[in-house]
Amino acid sequence: MRHVFHVRIGPVGFRIGSDWRGPVAELERLYAGYPQPADGIPDFTVRLFAARPWRRWLRPAVTLGGDFVLPDAAPLPLAQGLLAAEMAMNLQMALGQRRYLLLHASAVERDGRAVLMTGLSGAGKSTLAALLAARGWRLMGDEFALIDPATGLVHAFPRLVSLKNAAIGAVGAALPRARFGPLLAGTPKGDIRHLVPDAEAVARMDRPAAPALILFPRFGFDAAERGLGPSEVFVRLTQASTNYVALGERGFAAMTRLVGKVPARAIDYPDAESGIAQVETLWNAL
Amino acid sequence: MLLVCALRDPASVASLDARGWTALLAIARAEQLIGTLAHRLDGVMMPAAAARILADARASAVEQRRAALWEAEAARRALADVNAPIVLLKGAAFVAAELTAGKGRSIGDLDILVPRAAIEAVEHALLAAGWEWVKPDPYDDAYYRRWMHELPPLIHRERDRMIDVHHTILPLTARITPDAGAMIADSVALGNGLRVLSPEDMICHAAAHLFADGDLAGGLRNLWDIHCLIEEFGTASLATRAHHHGLWPAVSHAARQAHALYRTPIPESWRTQEGLDWLFRRRLLARDGWGRPTRALTRFGFYARSHWLRMPPAMLVRHLWTKWSKGYRPV
Repeated sequence: MRHVFHVRIGPVGFRIGSDWRGPVAELERLYAGYPQPADGIPDFTVRLFAARPWRRWLRPAVTLGGDFVLPDAAPLPLAQGLLAAEMAMNLQMALGQRRYLLLHASAVERDGRAVLMTGLSGAGKSTLAALLAARGWRLMGDEFALIDPATGLVHAFPRLVSLKNAAIGAVGAALPRARFGPLLAGTPKGDIRHLVPDAEAVARMDRPAAPALILFPRFGFDAAERGLGPSEVFVRLTQASTNYVALGERGFAAMTRLVGKVPARAIDYPDAESGIAQVETLWNAL
Repeated sequence: MLLVCALRDPASVASLDARGWTALLAIARAEQLIGTLAHRLDGVMMPAAAARILADARASAVEQRRAALWEAEAARRALADVNAPIVLLKGAAFVAAELTAGKGRSIGDLDILVPRAAIEAVEHALLAAGWEWVKPDPYDDAYYRRWMHELPPLIHRERDRMIDVHHTILPLTARITPDAGAMIADSVALGNGLRVLSPEDMICHAAAHLFADGDLAGGLRNLWDIHCLIEEFGTASLATRAHHHGLWPAVSHAARQAHALYRTPIPESWRTQEGLDWLFRRRLLARDGWGRPTRALTRFGFYARSHWLRMPPAMLVRHLWTKWSKGYRPV
C-alpha cells in the first residue's frame, strides 16, 4: 500500500497500510517511542483504504480492512483516520488474537502486581487507568488485558488511551504535560482524544505482571463497593472476553485460574477523584 | 504464488526475509489456509515471530476441529430419529475421517448430505432442536427451495453455528446433474452413526464445488483439499466415477491445476494443458502481499461465469433483475 507504518504494542506487532498519508503521519507522531514488530514480522495487518477509487479524494472515506474484518463496519471520514486505525487494530485483536486470553479491561501495575478494571463502555476504565498512571502506577493498557494461559500473568498492551467526551477534560487537567492526539469531534462514539502513554509504560511494556485485583467500576453512582462470588466474576469476565470461546479449553483453564486466585470487587463512584481513592483503598487492603 | 510454494515445498521458506514472511502470512490468512500452512511448516526453521504466529494458528485449528466434530455430533443427535443416512461433507468430513486434508484446515459451517426424500423430515428435526432460518427474505427462501441443492442455511440459536443441508452437490439449475443417490449409497460409515463420501466422491464433490459452481473464491484451499485427497487415495477409479457423475471435465481440470500448483501426483496422460487453464490460475493466485484481492476484471469474469454455470440465461436475467431491484450489488 502507498503509506505504511509498523509498530509493536506489548507483545503484538502491527503493520498498518493506508491509501492516505494522514493517518500514518498521526500514528508516526503518537507512537514515536514504540519499538518495531519482533523480527520485523507483524502479527496482524491493518488496511485503511478507499472502498471506491474516487473516495480517496472526493469526500474521502476510510474503510477498515485487514486480516480480520467485520462485514458491516461503516467507513469513517478521513479526518477521523487515526480513530479508524485504532479501531482496525483493536478489531484484529478482538477477532484474531489466539495467544492470550483477551479481556476488555484496562490494567495498571505496581510492584509487579496488576489491577484489572473491566466494565461496559462509559464505566471509566480508560479514565481510571490514565489517572492512576498520573499517580505513579504503570499503565499496562486501557482496552485489552492479555492473560497468558501458560503462566496466568497479564501482559501489557499500552496502545493510545482512548478518552471520550468529559474524560478528555478531566484527564487533560490531571496530566498537563502529557501528549495527546488531535481532538476528534463527532465520531460515532462522541468526541474522542487519544492520550499517549508515558515513557515508563512503553519502556516496561515487555514486563508482564501477576493479576492481583479485578475491579468492575461503574461511573456516575453514589460511592459503593461490594464483593462478587466467583460464578458472577466468571460470567462477567467471559462476557468481557472476545476470544474466550475461540480459545476452547485453554481459555477455560486461564479464566478459572484467574477467577479462582484473584479477588474481585464491584465499585460505584460518583467522580474520578472518589474512584481513584476507592481503588487505592482496596489496593492497600490486599 | 508465495503461499503455493510454501505449501508445496516447506523448505522454500528458508529464503524468505521479514517482508516475505509478512506477505506469506497475510495471504495465508486471506485464503483461510494459515492453519494448513502452520501444519505444513511444523518443524521447519523460521524466525521466532513467524513460529509464534503459526503456533497460534495450529492451536486455533485444533479448536476448530473440536468444534466441528461437536457440531457434527449435535446434528447426529438432532437427526437420530430421522430414518436416513447423514453424510458429512467438506471440512467436517475430513477431520471426522482423520484425513490429511483435515490437518490444520479452517472449518466454518457444517455441511451434510441427506437423501432428497428425507429433506423435509431433516428440516423439521433441526428446527425442533434449536436451529433457525438465517435468510429472512422470501425471494431468497423460495429460490433456495425451488432451485438450489440445499436448504436455506440454518443457524443454531445457542451455539451460533451454521448448518447447510444438501440433497445433492450442485444446484438443480446447473447443466450437470451428479448422481447424489449413488454418492449416498456408496458413502462410508464412520462408526459414530455418521457417514462420509467415498474417496472418489469426495474428490468429485470438491472438484464440482471448485470448477462447476461458484466464482473460485477460496479456490486455493479447495484445490489443496483435492491435492491431499488425491495424494492420500490415488486416482485408480477416479475417472470412471467422475464420468458417471458427469464431472470428468471438473475433476480432470482440478487434477491438472493441483498438479500445476501443488505438484500433485496424477497419471501422465492427465498432465495436459488446456486452453484456458492459465486464466483459472490467474484467478486462483489473485492476491497481493497485503492479503488484498487483485485482478478485478478476472475476478468479475469468474463471478459472471459462476452465475452462467448455475442457471439458464432467461432465468439468470430474471434472477439478476430481482436481486438488483432489491438493492443487491455484487462488488
